[in-house]
Amino acid sequence: MSESATAPAAAGLRAAEQAPRPRPGTRRARTSEWLAGYSFAAPNLVLLGVFLFWPLLAAFVLSFQRFSGFGDPTWLGLGNYASLLSDAAFWRALLNTIVFTTLTLLGSVGLGLALAVLLNTSLPGRSVFRTIIYIPMVVSGVASGLIGVLMFDENTGVIDKGLNFLGLPPVPWQSDGAAAMAAVILMTVWGRTGFNMVIYLAGLQGISPDLHESAQIEGASAWQRFRSITFPLLGPSTFFLLIMNVIYSFQVFDIVFVLTGGGPGNATEMLTTYAYQTAFTTRAQGYAAAIGMVLLVLILAFTGVQWRTNRTRDLAG
Amino acid sequence: MSASAEARARRPARVAAARTATRGSRTRRRRRLQVIRFLLATVVCIVMVFPIYWMAVVALSPRNELFTDRFLLWPSALTLGNFADVFTRFDVLTWLQNSVVITLFVTVLSTFANLLAGYAFAKLRFLGKNALFFAALSTLVLPVQVTMVAQFRLITQLGLYGTYWAVILPSAATATGIFLARQFILGIPDELVEAAKLDGAGQFRIFRSIVLPLCRPLIAVLVVLTAMATWNDFAWPLIALKQNYLFTLPIGLLFLQGQNTPQFEDVMALSLVAVIPMIVLFLVFQRYFVQGVARSGIR
Repeated sequence: MSESATAPAAAGLRAAEQAPRPRPGTRRARTSEWLAGYSFAAPNLVLLGVFLFWPLLAAFVLSFQRFSGFGDPTWLGLGNYASLLSDAAFWRALLNTIVFTTLTLLGSVGLGLALAVLLNTSLPGRSVFRTIIYIPMVVSGVASGLIGVLMFDENTGVIDKGLNFLGLPPVPWQSDGAAAMAAVILMTVWGRTGFNMVIYLAGLQGISPDLHESAQIEGASAWQRFRSITFPLLGPSTFFLLIMNVIYSFQVFDIVFVLTGGGPGNATEMLTTYAYQTAFTTRAQGYAAAIGMVLLVLILAFTGVQWRTNRTRDLAG
Repeated sequence: MSASAEARARRPARVAAARTATRGSRTRRRRRLQVIRFLLATVVCIVMVFPIYWMAVVALSPRNELFTDRFLLWPSALTLGNFADVFTRFDVLTWLQNSVVITLFVTVLSTFANLLAGYAFAKLRFLGKNALFFAALSTLVLPVQVTMVAQFRLITQLGLYGTYWAVILPSAATATGIFLARQFILGIPDELVEAAKLDGAGQFRIFRSIVLPLCRPLIAVLVVLTAMATWNDFAWPLIALKQNYLFTLPIGLLFLQGQNTPQFEDVMALSLVAVIPMIVLFLVFQRYFVQGVARSGIR
């Protein structure tokens, strides 16, 4: 367990590149080890196979079909994908997902980094501060969404009441698209900052205090030290968080579904919520499967690019 | 790196100079900086805690206090009436029981499967090992919305629809723990396993009597992370659990909010009932939780 805070995927890649350990053994011993290997991995692999890989394959097939959820699907070929091209709601959901992902990424990773640096210094009550920042992580997406509904309400919400109390104009969290998106982003950042801070704190453990000390003696300011020592040395953590936050943001569902339901209009509709509505409200399940495939390809493309970059970095370094 | 080495070499003289010249003003400055940091951390923590605090305030407030124009940051009077109301008007106990049962089954099943698979991927050699490990890990990026339609058909075809198993089995199919388990078990010395093999122990015996007893911290991490994820899970249960008597707490919450005239105090009271066990679990097992997240980057 020497590597802390490395991407599972990146470590998996490295593992795959390792040469097999040479170990003496007869053919029979080897066969029995193979058998044992398959049997030990079987419960997990069977579950994954039946409940993830099989549905994934079926969803791929379904994305070329028309299916309402009842009766038999009919073959459409590329029809669903062709419809996507001219579907304004789909493009809006895609755009929203990208906006949401970018802003939650910047917000929560930036905040996580700032708080990790702050709470890595000696400070009375440090562990209490850390615990408080972790806690939103364990609050479910549904509960976060409901708290958001309560706090961001235009008429009864505590935030607009507070703004009013201070003599400021209220924010139309429900009726204005941009404000609704802001509410969704704020609740998501609230829930995710703790996670980013955990990873950054683990990364900070690996930076020797000597470096800071000598830079300080050289007369480097706190900001200069952060910019030229801390931030570059946290590179692996940042890289990892970039991947994980993008994956999490692309998968966002609970908070949006509960807090705005994609509205007002489709101002906060994401690819996930659009796929859900299409599958279970409109009941165009083949079309929903096609939206899902686009979502998956986007996530895979992004993580693939990041893996490659990460790997080249590892090799270069 | 060379710059820092240079700096280190030059350090002693400069340190001495710096110490004598500015010791007083520097400690004062450091003092002031620490006060600023402390205040900053306090403000951030107040903001972070506020949503949970507000949930508790509304849950414990008298009915309809929300609809007054007054800006009040605490309840005007404390009441447990909202809890009594939500527990009598809805079958909350059944939802609570469903959440507990499903969480227990998924946690046991997936922890067990992940430990076994972790051992196989860490200590055994078999054809296609790396490819299988990869395939398992790759499922971590798969959102449920990609597979939901096909998964729902599968559940129906298998006759699981309308039972707990419709949620338990797909939820237990997760690679979340495989990576953690493999990493941890890799850290167990090969010699222990080899020695047991020479003594004639079979693979299952080795796993049970040598590997498993060393895996206690790992099991704690897996149990805490899986239990939290399952307890809070929403997207798939929303699709698979359509019957009121099968609802878990998150689905029950949505149902409450979907009523014609949703009572916000009730919704928050039930939210609190759903959230508090997780906060307690987190506070008790914080060390394992934080370690698990830091090592795997998985929530």
